[in-house]
This record gives sequence, structure tokens and C-alpha cells, in this order.
Amino acid sequence: MSRLSIFTRGLIKDNAVFVLMIGLCPALATSSTVRDGFGMGLAATFVVVCSNLLISILRKNIPNEVRIPIFILIISTFVTIIDYMMQAFQPELYRALGVFVPLIVVNCMILGRAEAFASKRSVLDSVLDGLGTGLGFTLALTIMGTIREILGNGTFLGMTVFGEAFKNSPVIFMIMSPGAFLVIGILKALINKYVKKEL
Amino acid sequence: MKSPALIFLGAFLVNNIVLMRFLGLCPFFGVSSTVETATGMGMAVIFVMTLAAWITWVVFNAVLLPLNLVFLRTAVFILTIASLVQLVEMFLKKSYRALYNALGIYLPLITTNCAILGVTFLNIDNKFSFIDGTVFAIGTGVGFTLVIITFAAIRERLDLAPINPSLRGYPISFIAASLMALAFLGFSGLFGLT
Repeated sequence: MSRLSIFTRGLIKDNAVFVLMIGLCPALATSSTVRDGFGMGLAATFVVVCSNLLISILRKNIPNEVRIPIFILIISTFVTIIDYMMQAFQPELYRALGVFVPLIVVNCMILGRAEAFASKRSVLDSVLDGLGTGLGFTLALTIMGTIREILGNGTFLGMTVFGEAFKNSPVIFMIMSPGAFLVIGILKALINKYVKKEL
Repeated sequence: MKSPALIFLGAFLVNNIVLMRFLGLCPFFGVSSTVETATGMGMAVIFVMTLAAWITWVVFNAVLLPLNLVFLRTAVFILTIASLVQLVEMFLKKSYRALYNALGIYLPLITTNCAILGVTFLNIDNKFSFIDGTVFAIGTGVGFTLVIITFAAIRERLDLAPINPSLRGYPISFIAASLMALAFLGFSGLFGLT
């Protein structure tokens, strides 16, 4: 498998949210605006790249019987780092994401990459794989955030899109919880109809 | 200070863990194909969630706070819950065979259930007392069970319905969940809870 295909596998072909349907909790909960979705995606990308890097460096020293607890410890270390960094440098974003920042630790996408890829492959491949997976997650969250923020709030990154009249009475339920389920349901249906055969 | 009854109703209906807080979606979509498995999963979640709330409350207030180790919260909680689930599984296997047969297969799945870890974090963030935390955990678990059983019943009907092929499976389940969430939005503001 070439380096490029390692990267694009996580980004598009096995996109965590739209294709594999994992990591759904943060994907639905934090995609009510573009900023929140993008921020959550980057936080998860940081964790998956760093944990893939460290696990791949240590892969020959981790005993097979206790590998899962060790992976979880390594992941939770990086989650704690991003948790405190975000609290210090992006307090507003941190408040919006709330409990979902520490909960990155139970995102099965990250443990899945550690177990399926980083524990077996070279350091460079593992970093690329983590980068592809993380950016694929970011892409999915940003797409959902874009749709939900434009329809539910009439804005994109805070800028008015359809004019004041729409902004004053938007489809408000799109930024609430039913909108999240509806958007991902319709996107998944469109992917099934138009994209799946080519993948 | 909210009364325990309000905390229970808030966790059970108003801020339902699945439909309003988006936690525990993996089992919600993964183990909801029949009402029977959904019931088993729901019971296992109530059980483990309550135990986890107790044990993490004690660990946080008796160990992490006095020793100034709050930054270890994430790592300590996930390891505590993982070992708790293992212990419960071994204990049930030896002592309560019937209960183990009913819940056993769901227990390993629960370790990575973000609803459990989420509730323990929310307990800490809300600064609940031991009793309030217990009530919150039970209310959340019951809310999870209510929603997953209802959803399983809907999915059993969906399997028989004539649905467009591209909507089959996940998409129609998401849309059904969306309508359920819309119904649960009606609870917001109930008893002055938001």
C-alpha cells in the first residue's frame, strides 16, 4: 500500500463518520456550528496522530496481553493535554464542546487505529494514517456543521448567508438535536445512492 | 440546589442522554435491532452506570482532590471503569449465574460506552453530592433504557416497511431517531428544567 493510499484511506474511503459510522457521539453533538465541528475535529486529529506516533514507536515494547490498557493510557494522556491546552487558549470553544473534549478518549476511531494499524506498522505510516483518519473526521464534522449552521442559524462561521430575513427566522431545529440526526441520515442516504458503488 | 426528584426527571426525560446529549449512540444504533437485546443492554447500562457513578465519585473526592491530581481525571476514570466492568463480569459469572446469562454479553461492550464515562464526568462537572450523583446516574440509565427499547420497537417495524433502498439501514434509523428527538424536545422546559 503506497503512502498516499494510507493517507486517503482514512480521509475518504474509510471515512470514520460517513462510511464506518464510528465516532458518532461527538460528530452529532459538536456539529451544530462550523467552528465547533472544526475545533472538535482538530482536537481528535491531534490525539489520533500523537497516539499513533507513540504507539508505533513503542510497538515492539508493548506486551501483547496488556496492550489495550496501555493504548488507552497513551490516548488519555494526549486527551488530557488537548483538554488543558484548549481550556487555556480557546476557552470559548472549550465551553461549547463541554464534556466531549475529555470524552475523545472513548472515541472508538482512535483506539481502532491504534489496534489495527499503529501497533503493527512503521512510524511514518502510522502518522500518515492518523493524519488521514483525523482529517477525515474533521472533514465530516465540518460538512455537517456547515449544513446545520447555514440552515439552523442562517450564518457560516458567524457571517450572514441568506440575508437578514432568513437569519431572523431560520430552521431552528437544525441546530438542535433532531437536526443532527436528520442531517447525518440524509447525507448517509445520499452517499449510499451516489457514492458507494465507486468506493 | 435541585431536589433529587428534579435531578431524576431532568436526566430521564428533559436532558435524555441519547437524544439530547448524544452520548451512548454506538449501542443505541448497534444493539437496537430487537426489543429483547435492547432491554438487556438497557439493564446492563443502568447497573454499570450506577456502580461507576459511585466508584468514580469516591475516587475523585477521596483520592484525586486531596492529592491535587485532578488533571489525571480522564486516565483514572477510564481505567477505573474498565476494571470495574471486568470485576463485575467475573463476580456475576461466579455468584449470580442467571443475571450473568442475561447481561453477560453486554458488559464488555459497555467499557467503551461513552454514556458511562460521560455521566461520571457530568457528575463531577455539576458538583453533585453522592446521593445526587446516584440519582442522576439511575435517571440517566433509565432514560437510556426507555429510549433504546422504544427505538428497537420502531426498528422492528422499519424492517418490514417498504423503504427506498438507499434509505435502508442506517439512514432511516437516523431519521427515525430524529423524529424521536423532536418528540423529546417537547419535554424541554418541563418543571422549569432546561
